[in-house]
Amino acid sequence: MYNADKVIPGIIILILFFTLPIWLNVGRLEAVPEVELPKEEKKCVESKEFMRREHMKLLDDWRIKVLRENQHVYLSGEGKNFKISLQNTCMKCHENKEKFCDKCHNFVVTHPDCWTCHIAPEVAKKWK
Amino acid sequence: MSLPKPDALLKDVELHKTPERHWMDIEPELKRGYFLSIIDPKVLKDLDLPSLGTWQPYDEKWPLPEDWKERIKKEILRRMETYRSFKLFMEICVRCGACADKCHFFLGTGDPKNMPVLRAELIRSVIKGEFSIFGKLFGRFAGARKLTEEVIKEWFYYFYQCTECRRCSVFCPYGIDTAEVTMIMREILLSLGIATDWGIKPVHNCYYIGNHVGVPPQSLKENLEFLIWDFEEIAGIQIDLEKYLNRKGAEILYVPMSGDYFADPGIYTMLGILVLFHYLDLDVTISPFASEGGNFGFFNSFEMAKRLHAKIYEEAKRLKVKWILGGECGHKWRVWHQFHNTWFGPIDFLEVPKSPITGTVFEHAKDNKIVHICEFTADLIAHGKLKLDPSRNDHLIVTFHDSCNTSRAMGFFEEPRFILKHVCNNFVEMPENTIREKTFCCGSGSGLNAGENMEIRMRGGFPRANAVEYVHKEYGVNQIACICAIDRATLSSLMEYWVPEVAVSGVHELVANALVLEGEKSRDVDLRRRPLKHPVKGVD
Amino acid sequence: MEAGISLIIVIGLIIIAYIGTLLGLQVLFGIVIPYVAFLILVLGLIYRVISWAKVPQPFKIPTTCGQQKSLPWVKHSRLEAPFTTWEVVLRMFFEIFLFRSLFRNLRADLEGRRLIYGSAKWLWLGAILFHFSFFIIMLRHIRLFTNPVPGFIVRLDYIDSFFHLGIPPIYITDLLILAGLIFLLLRRLIDPKVNYISYGSDYFPLFLILGIVISGVLMRYAIKVDVYAVKQLTLGLATFTPTIPKAPIGSIFYIHLFLVSVLAAYFPFSKLVHMIGIFFSPTRNMANNNRAVRHVNPWNYPVKHYTYYEYQERFRDKMENAGIPIDEEVEPEKEHEWYSLYVPGKEPPTIKS
Repeated sequence: MYNADKVIPGIIILILFFTLPIWLNVGRLEAVPEVELPKEEKKCVESKEFMRREHMKLLDDWRIKVLRENQHVYLSGEGKNFKISLQNTCMKCHENKEKFCDKCHNFVVTHPDCWTCHIAPEVAKKWK
Repeated sequence: MSLPKPDALLKDVELHKTPERHWMDIEPELKRGYFLSIIDPKVLKDLDLPSLGTWQPYDEKWPLPEDWKERIKKEILRRMETYRSFKLFMEICVRCGACADKCHFFLGTGDPKNMPVLRAELIRSVIKGEFSIFGKLFGRFAGARKLTEEVIKEWFYYFYQCTECRRCSVFCPYGIDTAEVTMIMREILLSLGIATDWGIKPVHNCYYIGNHVGVPPQSLKENLEFLIWDFEEIAGIQIDLEKYLNRKGAEILYVPMSGDYFADPGIYTMLGILVLFHYLDLDVTISPFASEGGNFGFFNSFEMAKRLHAKIYEEAKRLKVKWILGGECGHKWRVWHQFHNTWFGPIDFLEVPKSPITGTVFEHAKDNKIVHICEFTADLIAHGKLKLDPSRNDHLIVTFHDSCNTSRAMGFFEEPRFILKHVCNNFVEMPENTIREKTFCCGSGSGLNAGENMEIRMRGGFPRANAVEYVHKEYGVNQIACICAIDRATLSSLMEYWVPEVAVSGVHELVANALVLEGEKSRDVDLRRRPLKHPVKGVD
Repeated sequence: MEAGISLIIVIGLIIIAYIGTLLGLQVLFGIVIPYVAFLILVLGLIYRVISWAKVPQPFKIPTTCGQQKSLPWVKHSRLEAPFTTWEVVLRMFFEIFLFRSLFRNLRADLEGRRLIYGSAKWLWLGAILFHFSFFIIMLRHIRLFTNPVPGFIVRLDYIDSFFHLGIPPIYITDLLILAGLIFLLLRRLIDPKVNYISYGSDYFPLFLILGIVISGVLMRYAIKVDVYAVKQLTLGLATFTPTIPKAPIGSIFYIHLFLVSVLAAYFPFSKLVHMIGIFFSPTRNMANNNRAVRHVNPWNYPVKHYTYYEYQERFRDKMENAGIPIDEEVEPEKEHEWYSLYVPGKEPPTIKS
């Protein structure tokens, strides 16, 4: 092999580059977080699978309905009516943002915009 | 063979249209005026090179040996194992097409196989088709094809329509250098015995007689004497030639090119250099055996190039000089700059070049000990060691042609310009996209400057000529200066065809024109007896 | 036609992945194939690197695109004709990260008897858009393979979705890579010269990457999947504890992953290795200091050449008559060692690499 002084470091950099996630995990890997589910309520406004996939769209829909169209009632797929409200419907069961929302959102790194206006229930409690 | 008129030559050129059929389906049609004839087998034998006997490219059936396919494949593999450049260039092209319209032969013919990418595909496709599993499996879909006799014809036709100018390599995002591919492909063709008359005869001459045109030592002297007498008549100054020829113990070995003591207009450049030597009273010698800096071997194979260039160092050793000065030449400087040192180094019997006039040490040439005459002269001018009167070139409006090899294999741009700006008052650049690293070839480099391929030469030289035509019409340019011996020969025919009002010269002809010599007599003509604008008043 | 075949192949790949998930082959498409493809990618690239490194570069052949370093008062172009290793590194940086040579691109048009050159930077722009977006998107995906996600990846993700348009916010690189890819594809289809030189193997990677991008974009904005479950799977891959999560993941994810796997496996054995090859390019990675620093060719061999002695003997009379000095000290050279590629039995010794 020629130019080994440059090629071998090059190969090492190449391997490091492609295996970067492995090295980033070294020594700091954490277990996959579990969310805390409501104890009483077993059923969300829609099915569990739907909520896991599409909750952000549902919430965005709700926002538009309330703010722009003055509609305050959501008719679910099963035909049940829900009051459209993050604070009073969603967070009634999921009463702790940190233990529910943040668990997943921090895990997969998505940045919900809800809490720029709304106040998390656990924060609100402190003010009462 | 007669050429169409300049206005009619390019009628068939379409730069933005391509043929209906896939290029692999288009069999090479060897057009007269495009290809070179084949060398006499005797010449090849003298040089220990293989031959196919007596034949010509237009023969229906080429006399390929029975085992030609195996031999070609073996030669390709050998190059893949010894040239990283070649292997890499065969494997990483993405066919982005950036090179497509950068080749002067494409611009002058519109033939898609003259796009550098397709020129390289001519061999790349065969490597895929013959050696790669993917290629064998997917065939044309993966750009692969088989090696056939037609392919050999195509190689001969198109690898001798490339002047190894490297313009495409400037624009390629991976620096793929078609010159490298062409050189290796010509080498492979030569291994079968396929070589051109114009390419090999100079090699033979140079090998046995000392220079490409086969000027024996006594004629070399006669030619130089003729120049000196002429100069004496014009300027009244006598140059002592004796001390320059084959003298041992001089400080510097000057290596000229045969074009400069063989034919007009190169001879005026040679004269210019002799005048400069005389002016400086330089301790310099010229070897008749190494009277050729150019290297036609380079256009046939690296090995042949090395066999020819060997004698330059051998002669430097024999004549016991301290360092070497090289004349104005293109590919010679590619060989000297990029190859010489690797072939023959380390050069420990010479000294680091130092100008005896200015004391400048040429640090950038400290290892191979060869300095370009323009570097030498530019240094003289910068130190004010030359008394120059640029108005003596006022009858000329000069532009400068960057030669391919000095430009793209050496980075030689400012030195000749610096000289020109000091020796003439009227200097005009050609359009930006046709100079410096983007310069266009004369269209006849790399052993294509023959007579039988005149049409391709005029087509290939068209982009260069067109830029000259532009500055001729805009600014009245009537002289194109260059630093390449092949250019001086080929640009002359090119200008004659495209822009007959423009003459060709070397840089040092203009230097000598402007040089104010002690004891010169009054004259009203320049070195080549063209009338001066302001007659020179001398000491009559 | 070649473009059509390439497109059909990519569609075929999509169908394979889709049917695979319908048949419940999640382990195959989610774990086995990605692992194998990744292994092929890394080992394949190392193999290619070594295959190039085993071949020597016999000559120092930089393409100079600027003024050489010569006399001290001549302004040297350090980037275009590098003299030192450091300057070469800079030149390579500009070439690899900013596509310096493509930036020079021109177009030529023939009008009657006049050649006209124009700037043509679209290819450069398309290439920059595509490559940089691809690179950033790759980095962004690290969020799926690490836990906790490193701060710089979080920030990168945040910057990339800076516009906060839509839910989830749109990534700028998603738009740019699509623009770049579509430009590169249209260019191949429309520009007659580029179209003429394009093979199926030029269209295939374009369609494949387009497939990857579109499936990724769809997954984010339209056909939603359970991202939590996706990350369970991907994190499992990165930590060598692969599992298929209990919660179902939509087929679109497996299609995306399968296309990525195909790309990874295809990468080292196709033109895509230009990514690594560029580092080896001798016209770019060598210094233009040939006359100052000698380059050594490991297979340099002595050649046969004519000697001055032979020459002088041949022309002795003529030289004497012409008054050219004769060198009486020179002696006939003894038979020296030489090799030739062209003389059977005299082939130069093969080099060991």
